[in-house]
Amino acid sequence: MAILVAKKVTKRFGGLVAVRQVDLEVKEQSIQSIIGPNGAGKTTFFNCVTGFYNPEEGDILLEGKPINGLSTDRVAKRGISRTYQNIRLFKNMTVVENILVGMHPHLRSSILGAIFRNSGTRKEEAEALEESLRLLRFMGLGGTGDLFAKNLPYGAQRRLEIGRALASKPKMLLLDEPTAGMNPSETHETMLLIRRLRDELGITILLIEHQMRVVMGISELITVLDYGAKIAEGLPAEIQRNATVIEAYLGRGSAEGIMASTTPSQPSGTASSA
Amino acid sequence: MNTETSSPWKQALNNGLISGVLCLLVMLVGLVESFGDTYIISGMITLGEIVLLAPVVLLTYTALRSATNSSRRTMVGISAIIGLISGCIISAFILLCQVVDLRFMFVNASPALFNLLMRGVPLPLGALIPPLQCAFASLVTLGIYLIPSRLRASVVQGFLWVVVFGTLRDQILIIDLFKIQPFSFILTRFVFASSGLSLIGALFVFAISAGLAYYLRGRKNRPAVIRSARVQKRNRIILIAILALIILSLPYALGLFYSEILDTTGLFIMMGLGLNIVVGFAGLLDLGYVAFYAIGAYTMGVLTSQLGGLTFWQALPFALVAAWLAGIILGLPVLRMRGDYLAIVTLGFGEIVRLLALSDWLKLYLGGAQGIQQIAQPIIGPVAFNSLQKLYYLILIGIIIVAFVAWRLKDSHLGRSWMAIREDEDVAQAMGINLVLTKLLAFSTGALFAGLAGTLGAAKLTSVYPHSMTFIVSINVLVIIIIGGMGSIPGVFVGALVLVGLPRLLSEFQEYQYWFFGLALVVMMLFRPEGLWPEARRKLELHEAEGSIEPPITETVSTGQ
Repeated sequence: MAILVAKKVTKRFGGLVAVRQVDLEVKEQSIQSIIGPNGAGKTTFFNCVTGFYNPEEGDILLEGKPINGLSTDRVAKRGISRTYQNIRLFKNMTVVENILVGMHPHLRSSILGAIFRNSGTRKEEAEALEESLRLLRFMGLGGTGDLFAKNLPYGAQRRLEIGRALASKPKMLLLDEPTAGMNPSETHETMLLIRRLRDELGITILLIEHQMRVVMGISELITVLDYGAKIAEGLPAEIQRNATVIEAYLGRGSAEGIMASTTPSQPSGTASSA
Repeated sequence: MNTETSSPWKQALNNGLISGVLCLLVMLVGLVESFGDTYIISGMITLGEIVLLAPVVLLTYTALRSATNSSRRTMVGISAIIGLISGCIISAFILLCQVVDLRFMFVNASPALFNLLMRGVPLPLGALIPPLQCAFASLVTLGIYLIPSRLRASVVQGFLWVVVFGTLRDQILIIDLFKIQPFSFILTRFVFASSGLSLIGALFVFAISAGLAYYLRGRKNRPAVIRSARVQKRNRIILIAILALIILSLPYALGLFYSEILDTTGLFIMMGLGLNIVVGFAGLLDLGYVAFYAIGAYTMGVLTSQLGGLTFWQALPFALVAAWLAGIILGLPVLRMRGDYLAIVTLGFGEIVRLLALSDWLKLYLGGAQGIQQIAQPIIGPVAFNSLQKLYYLILIGIIIVAFVAWRLKDSHLGRSWMAIREDEDVAQAMGINLVLTKLLAFSTGALFAGLAGTLGAAKLTSVYPHSMTFIVSINVLVIIIIGGMGSIPGVFVGALVLVGLPRLLSEFQEYQYWFFGLALVVMMLFRPEGLWPEARRKLELHEAEGSIEPPITETVSTGQ
């Protein structure tokens, strides 16, 4: 069953159509990827799903209920959580605090509860703290909880961002280039982690990714965008052989030469430019 | 070798020029002349001379520090050069003024100032005085620099305290406690002269403070004695008790003059704590914060003067609600704005409130430029809080409540949401934080605190005027937060004491208050941008590990290699 359905979503910026009539279905507990050249509208599509942008046309349904037009905080409360292409942690807060902020949708204590620190608030805070620490250990960040987020090494910052997104116990996680800027071993670990999120926590994952090794390695379904429109969709093996896709990446005429290669996109695969 | 010897001379030349220009600046702003008759040590050194020579001393010190490895002779040369250059610049300026009349530009470049600089010696010879004086100062600096470090620090502290005590002569003698007999006799007879310290007093202050500094530095280097948790706790309680006792006795021990300063500082602390929530926690730059103080004060005024006729306590809830509502009313339309836009709109709001208070339209109720008089002062049972000393205690209670609330909120999930908004608004929203609600809470809580300060301020003066609600007050509160440390609660106290308490204490300096504000801001931004008492984040993970019996974490999912 599809957890997320996008129907003919269109987002314009002035005359530019950033996302054009995109249809997308994400099956529950699947790992699905969106790929495409730079400027294809992948991140804009994410922004439409999370409510940061309000698409001009089309519908976005989460578990059958429309979420387009909702503000990002409402969408987050419905169970969609995300990470960012360029890491956007709360840099001057500690690692634990970052996770605790992520837990926000589940914290109920009121302002008066906070001032008088009644038993309910104390219990809630203690539980939230315990859970954050558990989550940190799950993410391999145990022991770093009291560091400022900005002082973590790059790879750990990426993991913390995923951890923060997990803290809200989302049904669905949108990862925007989770392996950007990582070395091969870190990339491999991130792939394992993404699988664990699905297998152990049952979270549906939709990711944007440039590294074809990652895309082909973990995706169950791949959607390809180019100039805002969906140009292909299919299993990894199908996408690898799809002539339109190769053309979109490398330009007309280069399709034949690349057909044999399993890692077709070196030019856009290594760098993680915006 | 050659490059090593050439660079300290170049540095000396540089520093000499800089210090000369700074000397000129200090004398042309008028500092030297206005402090020319404030003696530090009676009949010997004036505060004006100290202020004039301070740049020389500072820049000699920095030059010497970067030339540590040079020979003794080079060091003497460097110091002499810096001193002579600064002095020559001063003399050159004096000579220039003999030829060209520069007073239309530099109001303070008067013959009286020059006479002071040349120590009364008439001109041709007098021009030699400033270079000699500056060279003397820089060589003394060198002398002190060459003393071994522990002793040097003590000597410097000794000098500093002499300057402090000399400057504060009047302020110390005005303290009520020191008017009691044995103190009064000792202080006026031996320590202080008619202006500044007497020579004996200066030696006495120097010996005591230098000796104490020497002793304390020695203690610091000794290994810390490990005390049991119980003893530590007991010591803490004793310390807190002593502090509480001191704080409670302050208004009566220090007297009326200081009570006025304490009350004003207290009101600024309260406002600072409120604005700290808005600016420090939530990162929303509010430049019209004084408006909420005004609303609190005016509501109190209208309700308790002839028009309303309520008592202070009856009017208090209305005033607080009014300020709180004002926070929401301002908050609602400006929430969508960010950074600069927000700052401008809040600035406008502050001015609107002041102009409304000043306007003819509301003159019937708010009194226009005259403001409102005869505001009720609080009464609890038999005690009427009708003096600055008594009001101190109410303000103290207010501060305790406000600080407590701010501290609790900071450590709650609301506080974390504020900080998340400060760090990255979009991401905070994507984490499920309702921006409108959270920002409104910050605005209205800050407004509430300022409103409380306003009611107490109205009761303190028993009147309110629109002229005391100017933009500069908002800026003042903001600077308190910046100097103290953004988002830091103890920082607000430190900032208010330094920026509100100190200038009022040194009434001679009042004229130069904003001069020093600017200087303090620039220096802070360069050397300590995090503030005097920066915000500390709580250690949550460690804290947790202490409390639980859980074994240390060994499980790691992935550690890179």
